[in-house]
Amino acid sequence: MKDRTKYFAYPYVVWIIIFIALPMFLVLLYSVTTKESNGLTTIHFTWENFRSFFQPIYLNILWDSIYLAAVSTAICLVLGYPAAYIISKTHESKRNTLLFLCILPMWMNMLLRTYAWMTILGNNGILNNIFAFLGLPKVNMLYTRGATIMGMVYNFIPFMILPIYTALSKMDKAVLEAADDLGANKRTKFIKVILPLSMPGVISGIIMVFMPAVSTFIIPQLLGGNKSMMIGNLVEKLFILNGDWNFGSAISIVMMVIILLSMSIMNKFDVDKEGGARLW
Amino acid sequence: MDNAIIQLNHITKKFDGEIVLDDITLSVKENEFVTFLGPSGCGKTTTLRIIGGFERPDEGEVYFDGQLINDIPPFKRQLNTVFQKYALFPHLNVYENIAFGLRIKKMDEKTISAKVERMLELFNLKNYGKRRIDQLSGGQQQRIAIARALVNEPKVLLLDEPLGALDLKLRKEMQHELKAMQKQLGITFIYVTHDQEEALTMSDTIVVMNEGIIQQMGSPIDIYNEPENAFVADFIGESNILDGVMIDDYLVEILGKKFECLDSGFGRGEEVDVVIRPEDLDLTPAGEGKLEGIVKSVIFKGVHYEMDIEANGYEFLVHSTDMAPVGTSVGLTLTPDDIHIMKKGD
Repeated sequence: MKDRTKYFAYPYVVWIIIFIALPMFLVLLYSVTTKESNGLTTIHFTWENFRSFFQPIYLNILWDSIYLAAVSTAICLVLGYPAAYIISKTHESKRNTLLFLCILPMWMNMLLRTYAWMTILGNNGILNNIFAFLGLPKVNMLYTRGATIMGMVYNFIPFMILPIYTALSKMDKAVLEAADDLGANKRTKFIKVILPLSMPGVISGIIMVFMPAVSTFIIPQLLGGNKSMMIGNLVEKLFILNGDWNFGSAISIVMMVIILLSMSIMNKFDVDKEGGARLW
Repeated sequence: MDNAIIQLNHITKKFDGEIVLDDITLSVKENEFVTFLGPSGCGKTTTLRIIGGFERPDEGEVYFDGQLINDIPPFKRQLNTVFQKYALFPHLNVYENIAFGLRIKKMDEKTISAKVERMLELFNLKNYGKRRIDQLSGGQQQRIAIARALVNEPKVLLLDEPLGALDLKLRKEMQHELKAMQKQLGITFIYVTHDQEEALTMSDTIVVMNEGIIQQMGSPIDIYNEPENAFVADFIGESNILDGVMIDDYLVEILGKKFECLDSGFGRGEEVDVVIRPEDLDLTPAGEGKLEGIVKSVIFKGVHYEMDIEANGYEFLVHSTDMAPVGTSVGLTLTPDDIHIMKKGD
């Protein structure tokens, strides 16, 4: 008896090869070859792309990207956890509305939403007009690191709220009652039971915010101006402006390794193996 | 009431306008093993949850040791609960699960360790302290749930169908263990179950409930032998429930025949329900019984045979170690104390 069902997987395998494996291989290939090797016959391998990345100027951009992404993730967590907690506590009839409001902005193009923030934060933008109306001095908000962080928090916070909400809402009510029964007041119950049981959601949220935040280039470009160049901007610049695909690929590979490493560290914290840390 | 540790006065509870508990009044004495028994949806679990503090009664008072506790939240009540599906903390190991309540009371590590180890020993779970909860069988989880509650030395232990998820053999073992433990520790147990056999085996007092009303309260023997109404008779064990008419005190007419009985105080000619337990009917050779019938079916049940015997137009359920083949004529006899007379239900 031959199992024919495996043939159904073939289109998917072909899809993976064409759209995931092949591009990855090309990125890897570009990162270890010289710019001049333009044909299969004239291919030249080199480590130069990687070596040139490890210079203070580029490393600073790398650390800065990680720093900005980490700050944004932390803010998302601090704002997102209470939001998720409140939603999970809300009566069922209103809960879906609140969740819908969380997801609604994601239906709009991210570029448009970020442009909208430019008109809000700009020197002659909505906020400054309000300040002027109230007799307050103008504040320079656009093209600052703060604006970049705000843009990232705004764009990525649903990815923090949703997994935490899921973890909180699927929690067994009887377990919470057991905590009550054993003498835990609200605070103790939260610290000893609710928080640890929602950790898989927290870890998923951290990963789902940190990953896009660390590699974003639209947000720092539009809101941060040239004040905060992030690693994503660097890659974009090398590919589009400089046409240096080899160096850009090498940076992408470095980023990938860093993300994989940080995921595997997160994985260690996820005791239940239920969080998104398995994703990597 | 004297030495009542739990007293419920006229408790009424509604969910979405539907009455779940209707004027429940009962008291539980210290060191008593009380069982709330009834079909699902009868309000037994709700009553337990009101005692535990997880639900608030709409009307009525709950007293604990003479103190009104209506407004006291569960975490301040001196009782502990064993939940239906155990509700163990999945992120903690066995030891920490049991130690949970003690840590909240801020006991020192030495005392906690001594108490937890004692519990592990009591429940035959030595060396299991470091195990994760999901590495344990249902029976082991069950015992940890009980240990986690008992380690706090509550005055009253509430148990919500704690044996429901276990297989029959383990359930029987745990029934005896629980009963022995209750006697040994001298703690009041309030136990909820829908299993009448479980209730009869373990309880000092059984509270039979249906549709939010207490049907009968009494010792297992009273409840089994003197059911107050047809519901109780039917729910506690199998029974034949027949229509009867009281001819006089100590004399009842069933299926056109007169039987002596032990009941009095009914009006003459009053219509009543008559309960006859299947094991109280005895087989006799044809022609020698009070009733004559034909065997309709026979099922071998191990200890006894279960037979349907049609007599005078009623199909009697009979449990007997004697057996008569299907289709044969047999007689049925019964003594006056086998006949239980009850007022007609509404």
